[in-house]
Amino acid sequence: MTAASQGRIARRGRMTVRIGVGKTVAALVALSLALVFLLPIIWMAFASFRTIPDLSTFPPTLFPRGWTLDNYTQVFQDLPFARLYLNTTLFAGIVTVGSLFLDSMAGYALARLDFPGRRVIFVVVILLLLLPFQVTLVPLYVLMHNLGLVNTLAGLVLPRISNAFGIFFMRQFFLGLPKDLEDAARVDGASEWRIFASVVLPLARPALLTLGLFYFQTNWNDLLWPLIMTNDVQDATLPAGLSLFNGEHNIHYGVIMAGAVLSLLPIVALFLLVQRSFVQGIATTGVK
Amino acid sequence: MTKTNTPALRAGSLRPTGPARSSDRAGRSRRGAVSQRRAAWTFLAPSLLVLAVFVVYPIGQALYLSFTNYSVLTPPEWAGLDNYVKLFSDPAAGNAIANTLIYASATTVASVVLALLIAVFLNRRFPLRGFARTAIFLPYITSLGVVSIAWSYLLNPDIGLLSYWGRVVGIPVRTGWLVDPNLAMVAVILVGIWKFLGFYVVMYLAGIQSIPSDLYEAAAIDGAGPVRRFVSVTWPLLSNQTLFIAVIATITNAQAFDQIYVMTRGGPFFKTETLVMMMYRVGFQDLDFGYASALAYVLVALLAVLSLAQVRFFSRRAVQY
Repeated sequence: MTAASQGRIARRGRMTVRIGVGKTVAALVALSLALVFLLPIIWMAFASFRTIPDLSTFPPTLFPRGWTLDNYTQVFQDLPFARLYLNTTLFAGIVTVGSLFLDSMAGYALARLDFPGRRVIFVVVILLLLLPFQVTLVPLYVLMHNLGLVNTLAGLVLPRISNAFGIFFMRQFFLGLPKDLEDAARVDGASEWRIFASVVLPLARPALLTLGLFYFQTNWNDLLWPLIMTNDVQDATLPAGLSLFNGEHNIHYGVIMAGAVLSLLPIVALFLLVQRSFVQGIATTGVK
Repeated sequence: MTKTNTPALRAGSLRPTGPARSSDRAGRSRRGAVSQRRAAWTFLAPSLLVLAVFVVYPIGQALYLSFTNYSVLTPPEWAGLDNYVKLFSDPAAGNAIANTLIYASATTVASVVLALLIAVFLNRRFPLRGFARTAIFLPYITSLGVVSIAWSYLLNPDIGLLSYWGRVVGIPVRTGWLVDPNLAMVAVILVGIWKFLGFYVVMYLAGIQSIPSDLYEAAAIDGAGPVRRFVSVTWPLLSNQTLFIAVIATITNAQAFDQIYVMTRGGPFFKTETLVMMMYRVGFQDLDFGYASALAYVLVALLAVLSLAQVRFFSRRAVQY
């Protein structure tokens, strides 16, 4: 072996080492970044399994000094937790299904059907999209109060059953679809409804999935609207109910943390299941 | 045999009924247009009804109520500009507007800068990259109202883990993060950044991946180092993303409510009371619907001004490619 080739090997060795070090440092930085972001959720999960004396012992620690499931049984006794869970599931579920259906119909009409007034309606949808929803809160509450819908599921759901953003989003999606299939169905004499239901909707699966996850997540997580619409905790959703019970002197925060973990579980599970398509949907469309 | 060769069709085309056939076709397309128009309104009707009753009507009604004196017990009473006059002399309203501006600008600027840095970092290939991306995105899908309960215990002066760790590394907080008039705002800003950063990182990552790689190769051939490549290629070509993120973040942050309601209720001494928080207090605790509606329209005006200013600021700097 010549000196030159030995030098080359040594240099190559040094290079792989340097790349290895760079990647290790990057991985360590990534790990600490991830832990910083996960800390509140990790702490919450641990706290939900801790005993009351452990939670009030100084100094506070991240890891439990003893494990228990008591908080998880207690949360169903101290709070109307099953009711809150059912309310939240129905609220987020009905809004998601209903709004997907109505918004895709309206979006399809705006993208594909020819009728006078199309431009005007599209501009109105855009304007509604730009206004913050808080501006409607006071009159909405008064309206619901007059209709006798405060503290009801119908009152919670109705204003959310169609959404200007969803109409806009679905319209943009339909504009990007090729027209050929619809035209073929039209030539075959299919009704507009038939075309929409059996030709267009099946093609819209990816858009419906992205928008549906977005609706389910925002309504499941929403605080302000359920807080205003429910004077009785029995009719609240999980975020509103948990924040109302938080700080009540007879309920320990370990119990609240068990409730919090249970309330985050379905959304986190759903997200991890469809993470790739959800994140991609957000990145390409700017759904928020 | 193709269809056009069938005797029946050929016979048909030879029949002297040309004009009749064309009018028949026009009739069919007219019927098509009518049926499309009818279908369009049928498709739109449910959504338009919902939006009219639950969005358009309340927006108009809020404007009307902002010119009235109205609490639940008595019907609205015309008051002219009273609520708006009160707004300009009410120190609480000025305080809420100032807090909203402080919260929104600090959170937005910090979020944009951090999101860009993290996105550039996470665009490289190394182990645990996917885990880090998921972890940073996770807060975005959690309920801010729920996780803020955890944050308030983490920052509790007596039993809070973060307060304790802070004390250990030499960040002494005498009264506690959420009790100290100056630190409470910092705390709710940090939670606001934490919650939404993952969304902006994803937006930036999509933008970085759409930059043509030959631009980087050309820059490398010209001898540009990593910093120069970032300044001359990445940053200018991300100006569309930056505009979008900055506008979205400003709109989101100017509406801050959830973590403030849970962690501080707008306190201590109204130091974290933002416009939406004040609107909630005035409207749904004091039941002063007229004044709350005026505050809602202040929020609309504020959002319009902030968004337009940013679009103008960035469009002068936008790079087309």
